[in-house]
Amino acid sequence: MSLLEVTDLRVSFPTADGVVQAVRGVSFSVEPGRTLGIVGESGSGKTVLTQSLLGLTPGGQISGQAMFDGVNLVGLGTKEMQRIRGKEIAVIFQDPLTSLHPLYKVGWQISEMIRAHDKSVTKAQGIERATELLGRVGIPRPRERVNDYPHQFSGGMRQRAMIAMAISLSPKLIIADEPTTALDATVQAQILDLLLRLQQESDTALLMITHDLGVVADIADNVMVMYAGRAAEKASKRDIFYEPHHPYTKGLLESIPHSSAAGERLRPITGQPPSLINLPSGCAFHPRCAYVMDRCLGDQPNLIPVGDAGEHRSACYLPAAAIGLSEQVEELRKQAVEMGRSGASAKVAEAIAAAPESEGSVIA
Amino acid sequence: MTDSLAGNAVSDAPPDMSDDTLVRVDNLVKYFPVKGSGMIGRTVSHVQAVDGVSLTVKRGQTLGLVGETGCGKSTLARCIAGLIPATSGKVYFEGKDITNLPRGTMRPYRREIQMIFQDPYGSLNPRRRVGSIIGEPFAIHKTATGPQRKKAVQDLMERVGLNPEHYNRFPAEFSGGQRQRIGVARALALRPKLIICDEPVSALDVSIQAQVLNLLADLQDDFGLSYLFIAHDLEVVRHVSDAVTVMYLGRVAEFGPGDQVYDHARHPYSAALLSAAPAADPDAAAARQRIILTGDVPSPINPPSGCRFHPRCPKAQDRCGIDEPALESKAGDPITHLTACHFPVETGEVLARADRREQR
Repeated sequence: MSLLEVTDLRVSFPTADGVVQAVRGVSFSVEPGRTLGIVGESGSGKTVLTQSLLGLTPGGQISGQAMFDGVNLVGLGTKEMQRIRGKEIAVIFQDPLTSLHPLYKVGWQISEMIRAHDKSVTKAQGIERATELLGRVGIPRPRERVNDYPHQFSGGMRQRAMIAMAISLSPKLIIADEPTTALDATVQAQILDLLLRLQQESDTALLMITHDLGVVADIADNVMVMYAGRAAEKASKRDIFYEPHHPYTKGLLESIPHSSAAGERLRPITGQPPSLINLPSGCAFHPRCAYVMDRCLGDQPNLIPVGDAGEHRSACYLPAAAIGLSEQVEELRKQAVEMGRSGASAKVAEAIAAAPESEGSVIA
Repeated sequence: MTDSLAGNAVSDAPPDMSDDTLVRVDNLVKYFPVKGSGMIGRTVSHVQAVDGVSLTVKRGQTLGLVGETGCGKSTLARCIAGLIPATSGKVYFEGKDITNLPRGTMRPYRREIQMIFQDPYGSLNPRRRVGSIIGEPFAIHKTATGPQRKKAVQDLMERVGLNPEHYNRFPAEFSGGQRQRIGVARALALRPKLIICDEPVSALDVSIQAQVLNLLADLQDDFGLSYLFIAHDLEVVRHVSDAVTVMYLGRVAEFGPGDQVYDHARHPYSAALLSAAPAADPDAAAARQRIILTGDVPSPINPPSGCRFHPRCPKAQDRCGIDEPALESKAGDPITHLTACHFPVETGEVLARADRREQR
């Protein structure tokens, strides 16, 4: 049974300019001891999605279901949520400097987290636990460091302290929101290794939100690619990287510089992500998609099984067999596009072909 | 001290300044004073941000500069651009010494050396219209006025992929990628020879990042620009660079052609850095022997003796803590590939301290 089962989650924010549809019907599940990577660009809704699970989106209108260990997180009262948040589900944010209080000692902050959930722990016991945890996440001389303030820690050590806080109550699920984005490559490698080691020790489920496909390639088991508040593609890590189906996933993979083709021209995705207030009709990706067909303008594709079998799902009208990056598959895509394209979509395709590397018009 | 290519020569006439060298930096040092407490703080020590760096940027080529936070790469860039004075050492531009020139004498060189900054939000004045931001260099250098300037600005906007009709908009009306294009247009305005790009695509999403990288490549071809390209993303640097300099704690650890440094890294730090960079390829990620460095980068106020990397180096021996290694070509390497290490990594040598965690 899944630890977390999210079904048709929708989050929107009413604003003066209109309703921001941040998450538009996303479903996924996370198993104990496994890592789900959620990938997407700025504004794809990946952060709002996870924050809404924890009741951290004030003003947001949430619908759908999120069953965590038998409890529906959507619509949960403040008291119950406080009991789950931190204890059952822990969060690691991107920027440890703003997530740690600058005026309290690191050890005190970890201890406070423990004491907030278990009143029987004394202050001294809390600090003792904090010291132990700092040692466990690889902070040297934890007995001295427990009395340091956050500014006395380096960026990597602060993120370690955040992880110590996250694992302090042995949560069943850790949500890591871009945990290594602010860190250097060598420190990032340390932190990712630490997260994996802790996960293996305690069978914790990990929800890893990132824009960095390299991080996902490294530590995820399954991947969900998000675009404009919806899941574009869901699959195992290998399927996403080697057998992508959705043109957006393919576009993302092709826009990263690759060592095998250094100096060659990159192939960016045309245009920029849409405004979540005024979404394109049909498939939200169609104004940027080189494979746009007539259907894409009117109908919104749902996730359907693609590829041979198994768990690979994609929200795209291209043939289910069109997975991967090979020439033959490209041919298959082209054939499908030829069949499915006439008047309206041909115009969109022309516009994309005319300026393949422009960012399009101004949002305002 | 660290540059065998330059032959330690810091004479008035720069030696071997061949025609294809645009910028040469000789033994550049930048220390920032650390003040003590109190109203009139005395200088108690120095942050040794850049400590004896030499490099060359060739005409029409890109020199990549990589290194982690605090290694001094941005400070070095600012010294080269003349934005901050160097403590010692020399910067030559087209053979002329431009180190710490007075403001008036520096002015013509400022046209030749431009910068693009990381943060497309912070580096544009939010209260000025795009046309006036891009036209500012013309105003400062009094090269174009009135309708002529507007025409020049709109040409620039078109060149970098912005709609020239958006001349009167404010930066807030543009997306991150478009703002970075505004920064590029502004840097391009006076037809510089060198553009220093300090993390130009770090704040952008991957799909937009590729657009901007392609734009920079096109501009280089069209205008024969040289780039000093600073980034922490190693794949991006490899993609754009002809040669790469790896910095650690204010010094050059390794320098060489991109393929050499990336495929045959000789300095243990370069090897560790490269092994830590995430590759967007699950099989490659799983197969890689990752060198996990222990500890953090030491403080540049009190850097380690000898080789600055020795306290974290998996290959360090006693000598490394005493002797500072010279930046020189190691046996078997091309003459252009320089490494500052007593015990360089050999081909096929495995540096990984711990085995890669279990495969799942």
